[in-house]
Amino acid sequence: MDTTERHPVSAPDYMSASALQATQLARLQAIVTRAYDHVKLFRQRMDERKLKPRDIHTLDDVHKLPFTIKTDLRDTYPYGLFASDLRDVVRLHASSGTTGKPIVVGYTREDIAVWTEVIARSFAACGLHAGDILQNAYGYGLFTGGLGAHYGAEALGATVIPISGGNTERQITVLKDFGVTAICCTPSYFLHLLDQGAQLGVDFKQLPLRAGIFGAEPWTQGMRERIEAESRLKAYDIYGLTEIIGPGVAIECSCQNGLHIFEDHFLAEIVDTETLEPLPAGSEGELVLTTLSKQAMPLIRYRTRDITALVAEPCPCGRTLRRMRRIGRRSDDMFIIRGVNVFPSQIEAALLRVEGTLPHYQIVLTREQDLDQMEVQVEVTPEVFSDEVRVLEDLQRKLVHSIETITGIRVAIRLVAPRSLPRSEGKAKRVIDKRKL
Amino acid sequence: MKINQVSVFLENKPGQLRAACAEATKAGINIVTLSLADTEQFGILRLIVQDWEKAKTVFERAGFVARVTEVLAIEVSDEPGGLSRILEIVDQAGLNIEYMYAFTEKRGGKAALVFRFENPDTAEQVLKANGVNVLRDVELFRHA
Repeated sequence: MDTTERHPVSAPDYMSASALQATQLARLQAIVTRAYDHVKLFRQRMDERKLKPRDIHTLDDVHKLPFTIKTDLRDTYPYGLFASDLRDVVRLHASSGTTGKPIVVGYTREDIAVWTEVIARSFAACGLHAGDILQNAYGYGLFTGGLGAHYGAEALGATVIPISGGNTERQITVLKDFGVTAICCTPSYFLHLLDQGAQLGVDFKQLPLRAGIFGAEPWTQGMRERIEAESRLKAYDIYGLTEIIGPGVAIECSCQNGLHIFEDHFLAEIVDTETLEPLPAGSEGELVLTTLSKQAMPLIRYRTRDITALVAEPCPCGRTLRRMRRIGRRSDDMFIIRGVNVFPSQIEAALLRVEGTLPHYQIVLTREQDLDQMEVQVEVTPEVFSDEVRVLEDLQRKLVHSIETITGIRVAIRLVAPRSLPRSEGKAKRVIDKRKL
Repeated sequence: MKINQVSVFLENKPGQLRAACAEATKAGINIVTLSLADTEQFGILRLIVQDWEKAKTVFERAGFVARVTEVLAIEVSDEPGGLSRILEIVDQAGLNIEYMYAFTEKRGGKAALVFRFENPDTAEQVLKANGVNVLRDVELFRHA
């Protein structure tokens, strides 16, 4: 354990287990009381179960509490789950509502301070400190990414470039000219920057860029390897969600092996996606989070839909905060084709296995004569291109076989020209569902 | 001697071939000969050009995937049995042809063919040993 690298802001990351549990219990009791006193929906659900805030005696008692789900936020749109008077709310954010009506979240001044703290602790875990120049390419605005990262990085003393998302050429110019040492954006957008950089003759390996903090969408080890091979940076996974606070719920450390959850502010459980029963340590299931400090909008047992497992073993970095495995999939990312559940991450794994690196791809679902069809469009890379038809047809066959082995579904593969599939500046859209269901 | 052929991946949709050729035209690259292999889904455009390095860069800059492979340009007498004689040599030596195509122009009663062998070095030795004229690039591009 190397204590010399500990940033002062990270002190709570190394709390003893007993101190952490004491903090968590005190905060859980306070937040349940606050939610019960001020949020009608929560109080009704507690009353239905004949539960009172004083019934929470231990951390395990959290399992007795009712769940909160995304539709609760929509049903009470915009302010129905707020526990604070609006005059105490200093910030509002909203999710873009990719899956429906937008949701609104609020922050008191204390909430903003907590958010700033967890982001600063996140960046510190990635080795950032005063003197780093951070290009913040998360979108500024209603999306939590931009402003969340901004305040945390400033608190750490880093120099923040609030470039926001989009305008790829300008991003590359700034990366090249401003001495940028760290960047945050979605991992798929960074891959896009790498591709465009290559087009413009910018070699990312020649830049002082040494850390990338990537989040807001699930990504794979394959994407990390490609990013790290084509630049000199170390790619870190940051996790968060608007409903809970935004980015800054969990972060990878230099070990890049699981994400430390800021458990002093967020209580994590893993539950079975079907029975909703808590699962023993190490089991894979749905991540459920309870905000322990949030004043404006406390969420109790919020079902994230993200599938992961908690890691019981201590991390070599010395942090006592438990880790969760990186999110490979979301329970609602899943699509069903011919009765089979498929996750985009499975397709990624299959492509990676054949090609060695992850190509840009898109999944198109159609229905022809009442039968679901799935086509995976894969961009041809210089590594796999051949002057021989046989070699490319062989590649197609291998891809079909690999996807069939992993998902059990026989798909059509279409090789497409490089950079012909749409690039997203936010979350990558991997699945185009054209079925009229 | 072996010559360098540039291959370009084309999606099988309207305008792709024209787009690739337009890039070559814009860069002033003269195509000595070409062949197009196509399947239902994609095509591979293979080009013989004098400045293959430049051509590869031009295509890549324009967003195409391009690749350089070594092929042999072989002189064949333009009469019945001209090609058969070459193929006999190829067969007897157990050489594997991946594909072949013809040059557009004839020179002095002779035709030239482009051969892509699995192993171009062995093929060149065998053909030369059998008195086949394997063209050098200076001869190919003299009239280009």
